[in-house]
Amino acid sequence: MSASTDLARRHHWRWWEALPWLLALGAFFAFPNYLAFGTQVLITILFALSLDLVLGYAGIVTLGHAAFFGAGAYTVGMLALHLGWSEPLSGLLAAALVAGAIGLASGLVLLRTHGLALLMLTLCTMALLEQAANMGAHWTGGFDGMPGLSFGKILGVFGFDVLYYRSQYLYSLAALFLCFLIVRKLVYSSFGQSLTGIRENLLRMHAVGAPVRWRQVIAYTVSAALAGVAGALFTQANGYVNLAVLSLERSAGVMIVLILGGYGRLYGAFVGAIAYMVLEHLLAKAYPTAWQLGLGITLIAVALFARNGVIGMFDALRRRFAGGAR
Amino acid sequence: MTTPMLETRGLCKNFGALEVARDVNFRLERGARHALIGPNGAGKTTFVNLLTGVLPPSRGSVLLEGEDVTALAQARRVKRGIARTFQINQLFRGLSVQENVCIAVSERLGVGGAMLRAAGRRADVLAESARLIDMLKLGGDAGRRIVELPYGRQRLVEIAIALGLNPRVLLLDEPAAGIPSAESHILLDAIATLPKDIAVLIIEHDMDLVFRFADRITVLVSGAVLAEGTPAEIAANPEVRTVYLGSALDG
Repeated sequence: MSASTDLARRHHWRWWEALPWLLALGAFFAFPNYLAFGTQVLITILFALSLDLVLGYAGIVTLGHAAFFGAGAYTVGMLALHLGWSEPLSGLLAAALVAGAIGLASGLVLLRTHGLALLMLTLCTMALLEQAANMGAHWTGGFDGMPGLSFGKILGVFGFDVLYYRSQYLYSLAALFLCFLIVRKLVYSSFGQSLTGIRENLLRMHAVGAPVRWRQVIAYTVSAALAGVAGALFTQANGYVNLAVLSLERSAGVMIVLILGGYGRLYGAFVGAIAYMVLEHLLAKAYPTAWQLGLGITLIAVALFARNGVIGMFDALRRRFAGGAR
Repeated sequence: MTTPMLETRGLCKNFGALEVARDVNFRLERGARHALIGPNGAGKTTFVNLLTGVLPPSRGSVLLEGEDVTALAQARRVKRGIARTFQINQLFRGLSVQENVCIAVSERLGVGGAMLRAAGRRADVLAESARLIDMLKLGGDAGRRIVELPYGRQRLVEIAIALGLNPRVLLLDEPAAGIPSAESHILLDAIATLPKDIAVLIIEHDMDLVFRFADRITVLVSGAVLAEGTPAEIAANPEVRTVYLGSALDG
């Protein structure tokens, strides 16, 4: 029995799981000029990780995940602007609570549906929030958003605004790590196993007596809260928030990231976010006018030849290799 | 008369003008080994779906040990002890055999929603799953994914999942379909080791298997009960012979 399929050992930490974190810390020293970019990558990883929980594990297809990213982003923005509540850590918590509450409320309604209806309703949720942010200009800044936000020091010590790349990077990395621990704990628990059961066969899951909808609602809520944290980090790191955080482009983008890396695999979010953003960065430099063409071609190639993303490709190779050795 | 394990009273189901269950009064006794037979399209699977709560009946009621469960959703009925297998495999295809069985056992033990402990640290779940996997002779495939198994082996996983729910009533919808006849004894052996008070209802086309297994047979034709009795009575029933069994028994 191979280690990858033996349930009793699957949740054990493997040596290579230290790699992403070591690389992230290494990047901190190796690329001091790219830390702002690095922070954006970390935020995207967290956002993609939250999507993986619902899309990759629970099999909930959503095109509206930016609703929760945006909810978190606007929460810290509005708190800072209107209440002067600029302490970053409690801001993250508040964002998680607000986004989680929206996830719970919308999840209770729309997880009654499946397939295309569900897809449409997730889009609608996002569109409603986007319009609310657009029309509630007094609170949200409307179309222009809220520029020039400033946030307090982390733990009252580490300066934290657009100019402090180093503390931003480490702060985002720490937040990502904590959120990752939560997701990892969840997906390897019995709860996580039942989510994969729901993804794999809904009919059978009902027939083993699982409260399917509740499980989905819980997963959706947790995922929404984590996406909210990602959104809050985005606002805190950039010092502004606008309607783009609630856009279809952001929803679709994170889905592409996850598909590129491989969904339902925990580390797909990492690989996908880095691959996507580095590719975007390099292509934009090389072909400032037509960089999206290169991205599109890459995605078509992934869809055609690596259905399960980059990590899935490695998995398939490993299986073939292991199969040949047997 | 004792209270039957599972009973239907005047059960009807229409899909528009199509009647797929007509006034079915059916008793599944405690510890019964009961077979439900009938030609294709007789409504056998629909009947199972009515029993398990996948479909709501148009009229009539379903009683589990005398208690009306007609209004209960499928998952709730499973908790009360009604488990089933499907005519066409309904498995978690991307997961290993072990995980498939563990999911069922976790739900039965009420830990399916537990978030704090890794699934792999549930010693009780793992032990129970291992026992079922051994019982169905699936030990060598425990770590393999369902998609990698031949169909016949997958059928056995169906049974293992149903048994993992520790049912009082076990509904087997054509369990032997797709199992090579050389392996169908694994299935019968597994059923033979079940506690005697579990009531088993089997839907099956393989008459050999039906007559080896069942102590009672119900014949369903066009959604209505045509006959019910012991295997000997059913085999001797001229109406059944003309409608359904004829050639199979003559041969």
